[in-house]
Amino acid sequence: MSIAASVSLRIFVLITGMVVFGLCQAAVESGKGNSTADHTKFEELQQIFKTGPEVTQACLGCHTEASKQLHQTKHWKWRLKHPETGEILGKRDVINSFCGSIETNYARCTSCHIGYGWKDKSFDFTSEVNVDCLVCHDTTGTYKKFPTGAGHPPYKDKPFPPKSKKIWKAPDLTHVAQNVGKTSRATCGACHFYGGGGDGVKHGDLDSSMTNPSKVLDVHLGTDGLDFTCSTCHRTDGHDVAGSRYTTVAKDTHGIDVPGRDDKSRATCESCHGSRPHDAQVNDKNNDHTDKVACVTCHIPTYAKGGKPTKMWWDWSTAGRKTPDGKHIKTKDERGYVTYVTKKGSFEWGENLIPEYAWYSGNMRYTQLNEKIDPSSIVEINSFDGSYADPNARIWPFKVMRGRQAFDKGNNTLVMSHLFGKDDDAYWKSFDWNKAIKAAMLSRGAEYSGEFGFIETTYHWPLAHMVAPKEEALGCSDCHSREGRLQNLTGFYMPGRDVNIWVDLIGWLAVLGTLGGVSLHGLGRLLMSRNRRDGNG
Amino acid sequence: MARTIFYTRFERFWHWTQSLLIILMLITGFEIHGTYQLLGFETAINIHTIAAWVLIGLWLLALFWHTTTGEWRQYVPADADSMLAMVRYYSVGIFFGAAHPFHRRRAEKHNPLQRMAYLMLTMIISPVIWLSGLLYLFYQKWSVIGLQGLPLELVALTHTLAAFAMLAFIVAHVYLALTTSERPFGHVRAMITGYDEE
Repeated sequence: MSIAASVSLRIFVLITGMVVFGLCQAAVESGKGNSTADHTKFEELQQIFKTGPEVTQACLGCHTEASKQLHQTKHWKWRLKHPETGEILGKRDVINSFCGSIETNYARCTSCHIGYGWKDKSFDFTSEVNVDCLVCHDTTGTYKKFPTGAGHPPYKDKPFPPKSKKIWKAPDLTHVAQNVGKTSRATCGACHFYGGGGDGVKHGDLDSSMTNPSKVLDVHLGTDGLDFTCSTCHRTDGHDVAGSRYTTVAKDTHGIDVPGRDDKSRATCESCHGSRPHDAQVNDKNNDHTDKVACVTCHIPTYAKGGKPTKMWWDWSTAGRKTPDGKHIKTKDERGYVTYVTKKGSFEWGENLIPEYAWYSGNMRYTQLNEKIDPSSIVEINSFDGSYADPNARIWPFKVMRGRQAFDKGNNTLVMSHLFGKDDDAYWKSFDWNKAIKAAMLSRGAEYSGEFGFIETTYHWPLAHMVAPKEEALGCSDCHSREGRLQNLTGFYMPGRDVNIWVDLIGWLAVLGTLGGVSLHGLGRLLMSRNRRDGNG
Repeated sequence: MARTIFYTRFERFWHWTQSLLIILMLITGFEIHGTYQLLGFETAINIHTIAAWVLIGLWLLALFWHTTTGEWRQYVPADADSMLAMVRYYSVGIFFGAAHPFHRRRAEKHNPLQRMAYLMLTMIISPVIWLSGLLYLFYQKWSVIGLQGLPLELVALTHTLAAFAMLAFIVAHVYLALTTSERPFGHVRAMITGYDEE
């Protein structure tokens, strides 16, 4: 390369570098919105922070009540008492069919807790500095909790998975702290898009494609449309976020929330759109249907549609297989989705899926650890109220997760198991289910008979995101037809789907009988008149 | 025999509009019932609903016309003997070229069986259809009139049964109208021009 070319190349790189830097700065600036506070100017933040809690300490200097507010929330407690059923729910207690329970696996699971240091049962839930402000309020995109760090980000660069070449970078905490702002799709998504152990695994309607979706993918969040953030609908009141799978408002009869009068801070479709949001047509059935059909049933025609698949089947019973020379196995399907790993068993994935439908009035229940199950049938991880006759229920769309998982064969109960850890009891160390279950159940204070088996389970996830543009909403005949989407729902008559065989039989007999009768009558007259003519002739 | 106006302009308008609407509603109705797919469920519903309201309007006019002109008397049942004579004619005599037992006149333009059939249509099949149909249409408002316990299935199946009865009526009506006149298609002509021979 000539000297001149080299110089011009350097100038080019310099200029493009400056442009890119400028755009990034602009993006960061716009992230701040129209706040009256510029955190880069705050004296409290002009310091080198070594740990997350040190940052929180600085935050609390001004936001004196923030941690106390967060201490009241599900995001912090991972536990709630269901107001109707009285069941204790939340990640700390429920058993799921994905990556098991947090008992004895804390440091891995709590990488998605809004706190620092929940590595075992001794975690101090009253500590104010242990609240992680940055994971929700970061605007730089550089702050990421370390997967096995019990909620801490890495404080020096280190690889994950361990011994791999993928380096997890330590964030510049001062830079992050000086650039805090409102929550974004990216900050909420950092945990909620990756539930169940990976991108899109758990929900089906939440995955990384929703960080910057098009309006075709999600009509509200679409960056080429309304460009909502999560908190546009999931608004907060003293850091308590509206909306819950555990206590879903399956039918919001209250309608549009008016600030000052009755602001319930959103999270239902109706709180913005009201109960009769469709333009009146010849038939007003779209509006009429809102009493029995949830908005999302028609407006989420398919899910897992952003290019990321969601996990539909997880069979733990096949976990633990290794190659003859003792190496872990990993297989992928033709699309590159993992279908088997030694640590976790077999998976199936789905994309662009049609939901399953059920009557739902809320009151989500979970099969409790001490609850007897029937091992001869498919066990419901969660169940819920709802039927046609229930005035509070509506037809809702669900992702139904299916799979096989360990259970206590002696006591006929579900179990928790110790997966993560360096000790010999950890399943991911010794691949011994018996030890893993025993350790987790002992830590939990739950009974374990010492004998385990595997049972098939279902897990219902109500869908509420990836709302399609209205042109793509379902039409009448998607359900009102002989083999429509609602053909499995019972307890009610649905025009176009249902027939009474006797009514149809009697009806057609009458019509065809009349037709046959008049045909014979006419034929008889014709023949007889011909006879008469011939006879006369 | 004299050519007389049998069917006034309104009567003819009423008959043909009504027949068009009813055929339209049968086509769309059985699609809504799920018997076949033709126009699409929603289009079928919309046409069915509009046709229902037009027909209700037409019935109101017809009701007014029949009461003010006294033409309702055309549907008063005849005596049992003359009805029996008609049954005998249709089941036996018609095959052997027997004379028609009834002589139509302007004041009595329907034969005894016809009177009975139209009376049944007007007093039973039609009211069942429009009562069940209106209930069906206003399903959302049942609680307002205290009917929230009524099963939709009952209303829907009643409506369907009545529709079958209407279809069966049309089959028989069309057969008789087309084939029982003295001149070829005489009844149809009369219903178009209004004139028939007394």
